[in-house]
Amino acid sequence: MEIIKTETHYNFIRMMKPAVILSLAVIIIGIASLIWHRGPNYGIDFAGGTLIQIKFQNETPTDKIRAAFKSIGFEGSVIQNYGPKEVIVRTAESGTDAKGLTSRVDEALGAAFGKRAYEVRRVEMVGPKVGRDLTRKAILAIIFSWIGILIYVGVRFEFRYALGGIIALVHDVLVTITFLSLFDKEFDLNIVAALLTIIGYSINDTIVIFDRIRENARKNTRQSLNDVINASVNQTLSRTILTSLTVFMVLVVLFFFGGAVIHDFTFALLVGTVAGVYSTVFIASPIVLLFEKIKPTGLKRKK
Amino acid sequence: MFKSIKIRTAITILLCLAALVYLAPSLTSDLPETWKKYLPTDRIHLGLDLQGGMHLVLEVETAKAVESTLERTANDLKENLMENRVRFKLQERTKEKNVTFEFPDTASREAFDKILANQYPDLEVASSQAVDGRGMASLKIKDKRAAEIKKMAVEQSLETIRNRVDQFGISEPEIIPQGVDRIIVQLPGVKDTTRAKNLIGRTALLEFKLVDEEHSLDEALKGNVPEGSVVVNESRMDRTSGRRSEIPLLLKNRTLMTGEALESAKVQIGDRFGEPHVSLKFNAQGAKDFDRITGENVKKRLAIVLDGVIHSAPVIQERISGGQAQITGSFTMEEATDLAIVLRAGAVIILEERTVGPSLGQDSIDKGTWASIIAGILVLLFMIIYYRLTGVVSDVALAMNMLLLLGVMVAFKATLTLPGIAGIALTIGMAVDANVLINERIREELRLGKTPRAAIEAGYTKAFLTIFDSNVTTLVAALFLFGFGTGPVKGFAVTLTIGIVVSMFTAIFVTRIIFDHFVWNRKIARISI
Repeated sequence: MEIIKTETHYNFIRMMKPAVILSLAVIIIGIASLIWHRGPNYGIDFAGGTLIQIKFQNETPTDKIRAAFKSIGFEGSVIQNYGPKEVIVRTAESGTDAKGLTSRVDEALGAAFGKRAYEVRRVEMVGPKVGRDLTRKAILAIIFSWIGILIYVGVRFEFRYALGGIIALVHDVLVTITFLSLFDKEFDLNIVAALLTIIGYSINDTIVIFDRIRENARKNTRQSLNDVINASVNQTLSRTILTSLTVFMVLVVLFFFGGAVIHDFTFALLVGTVAGVYSTVFIASPIVLLFEKIKPTGLKRKK
Repeated sequence: MFKSIKIRTAITILLCLAALVYLAPSLTSDLPETWKKYLPTDRIHLGLDLQGGMHLVLEVETAKAVESTLERTANDLKENLMENRVRFKLQERTKEKNVTFEFPDTASREAFDKILANQYPDLEVASSQAVDGRGMASLKIKDKRAAEIKKMAVEQSLETIRNRVDQFGISEPEIIPQGVDRIIVQLPGVKDTTRAKNLIGRTALLEFKLVDEEHSLDEALKGNVPEGSVVVNESRMDRTSGRRSEIPLLLKNRTLMTGEALESAKVQIGDRFGEPHVSLKFNAQGAKDFDRITGENVKKRLAIVLDGVIHSAPVIQERISGGQAQITGSFTMEEATDLAIVLRAGAVIILEERTVGPSLGQDSIDKGTWASIIAGILVLLFMIIYYRLTGVVSDVALAMNMLLLLGVMVAFKATLTLPGIAGIALTIGMAVDANVLINERIREELRLGKTPRAAIEAGYTKAFLTIFDSNVTTLVAALFLFGFGTGPVKGFAVTLTIGIVVSMFTAIFVTRIIFDHFVWNRKIARISI
């Protein structure tokens, strides 16, 4: 079976301009959405605060829960349905005092519904200090992974390839953030993990194409780089689509069956995978060409 | 590298067997006795998010440790100055956390400097001023010493927490220092999280105060609390009914001693009623203070206040020398144990807490496992449909990939977390990549009219560098993920990393054996690809 017919001859270079415009448009929408939402919707990992996941024996409406929380001055917290009979309560408060929040919540719920009617399944409390630390570490991890990849690709290929690859990666991260913001998803540690995975995965695709460009460029020195790139993207197209398809398939399954805890994580990965393929084909390789035009290499090549 | 198909097959089979040996304990619980003796029995290690438990990040209050050392030393210096008849005035401590002495003339300042230089190597003058012959000197702990104190405070806290956790009886707790002043505590499978947190996160503030017997308690309860006194409740337990009651007492405000004077605290069972009490042992300074306090206040009542609650207020019968005392409140055994643990100080703040209940963990395991299985089957089917027989070869490699990945995780004692399970599923999706690259290459070479043998040869050679480069870059990102992550995220990075390395082996090395076998030994003329 073949999804992509043996020899495709799409002119990807010509599609570069509209592709870049589309990408920029998406990213601008993302920035607008971020401004509209007043910055990313930071989860407690970064903003600090407390999250409590409670499962009830019976269907319990959130306003009843809210009423129960009134006694402990908790009615301002966000209560979200999280699967059947399950809610997540979020508050900006982070009790550094040990007895603190959990037992207060426990008391309030016990008084309102009885001890047996519910189960506290998860508590996450992050103090503001740790939140700041984690934010810094997350940003550094992403930037350093870019730099690390830039150096490796720069050494193995050429610097302009490395730049093309990195711009594609920055693109993928920005597009993913755009969609996260549009769907008002929460930024937490898992999302950062997803972003780093996207980076690692998208560069994988890009390298395969770069590798082909390098191989073809050596083989046909008389061909223009334009044609070489086009031919290379076409030759690897079936592989690019195929691999992304299997990964995408896995992610869709995880998204629907993997449980609520990794739901947002797989959502980010789904967006990132699509963005990754797109940037690999339309962004990364044309940028190599762009740098060639700005600063041609020594190789003799017909223009 | 290895030309012979037999040797390559042997290597592969050996590796798979090793992986199976490591995995067996996780798959079944009744292993034969001989197995338990000679072969690994470790199960796959589940993260806290899967098996349930508690993850805490604590901060040791090192600044406070320095501060209290300064306070103690300054007190000592003060008494020393008085003994030596040096005239001075101690200023109220300001925000700057330094202790400031004021001197009426240069002679006392010189005397002070001499005593300071000779007897207090830890202190230094942070700033000094002279106005109209009156000198001021503000003291602080030397930086080097302060750093030592901070380090000691962290070490002491680590020790304390280890002890507390040990006594709490949790299997495989992890207590690791992080950075300068943080401690990570992981308690798998802990059920009573509130109690655990109370033990770990809290230092009980133990205070000794005199009972104010000169003023009327009734007056105080009406609201006329005399100056310098305070109403505190005493907690009493009725031994027969087990009910608690609180009885107010009027105490003098001044704290005579605190828990800092303690060297150790332990639970003991009383002789008469078999009731538990906490026996205290003071350090050298504490013993001296306690001796003086009890000597000065014979026949008065001394209240033992713990976190603002009086536990007992016995009458001091006589001067107590030797540095021993008891708290004989009315506790249950559990309370007495907790109290004794908590009294062995080491102040920490909880910066971060993540607790997962066991039922949620099981849910995650179930969902994660099912999702991975479904995803795996889909990918396997897809490969067969798309590449036919060659797809089967890739699938064999994939299955082996899973086996080795899990085997390596057990062998290296890596932790499996929920994102880690997602990582395994993702590995399935990504591991195919190497096979796709090779297969597509072989197809291309075949299209150029090469023989199967030549096409396979060329396909593998050309695809190898690509696979290598693309995987190394992914590894770079996985590495940063590992460095960044804690807990679940780290587990994800681990499975991803192992998955990438293993997939390179299975996709390149193992599939090649199968291809070579068919092409060399069977001399097939056509590849089903």
